[in-house]
Amino acid sequence: MSTDSRFTHLIWQEEELSKMVDGGVPFPMLSDAGGAIGSVYGVYDEESGVDIRGRFLIAPDGVIQAMEVMTPPVGRNFSELVRQVQAFQLVRETKGAEATPAGWTPGKPTLKPGPDLVGKVWKVWQPEKE
Amino acid sequence: MSKKADGCVQPAGGPISSATADASPETPFPERKPIMMARVGHQAPDFEASAYVNGGFENIKLSDYKGQWVTLCFYPGDFTFV
Repeated sequence: MSTDSRFTHLIWQEEELSKMVDGGVPFPMLSDAGGAIGSVYGVYDEESGVDIRGRFLIAPDGVIQAMEVMTPPVGRNFSELVRQVQAFQLVRETKGAEATPAGWTPGKPTLKPGPDLVGKVWKVWQPEKE
Repeated sequence: MSKKADGCVQPAGGPISSATADASPETPFPERKPIMMARVGHQAPDFEASAYVNGGFENIKLSDYKGQWVTLCFYPGDFTFV
């Protein structure tokens, strides 16, 4: 989503994106003319009149699980986005019985928060040994 | 996919919230000042936006995607470099 019109999105897809990604980007390109939606998400910059780089991860029930907002010159990291989706999906599948420590990726140990784990995380998770 | 005709102006609803009251005879111009509402652990503010999708134009609501994981990305503009 950007403040560009859907017409600009069409030309960008046809003239540039389709030459970088086979068949063009496969998701809807949304228009936020005027920045009203970006304002609600806290990413619209009035001085420059554009939505800055913001990424929101929204669960199937509509609840925002993660957000990342960056100044324009640095791009996103797609693999970190996928990692976060995998972690949030695991938490959801276990109904919150499991949590994922820093840097968790699928297959690595998870934590099971509860009275038994208090002060004992070091026994089950050693970041230096990962 | 068949391409739908499209005019110059295709209004989309923008942010949808209980704070944006509908117009009525008493309030013909309701307050629609957007307030920053996005917070982790809370419902994503719903919106309707015009979109370019699958070679055509349509209006899309965030709430149409309930039941799926959604990534909503904002960026400064088409043809910018990063």
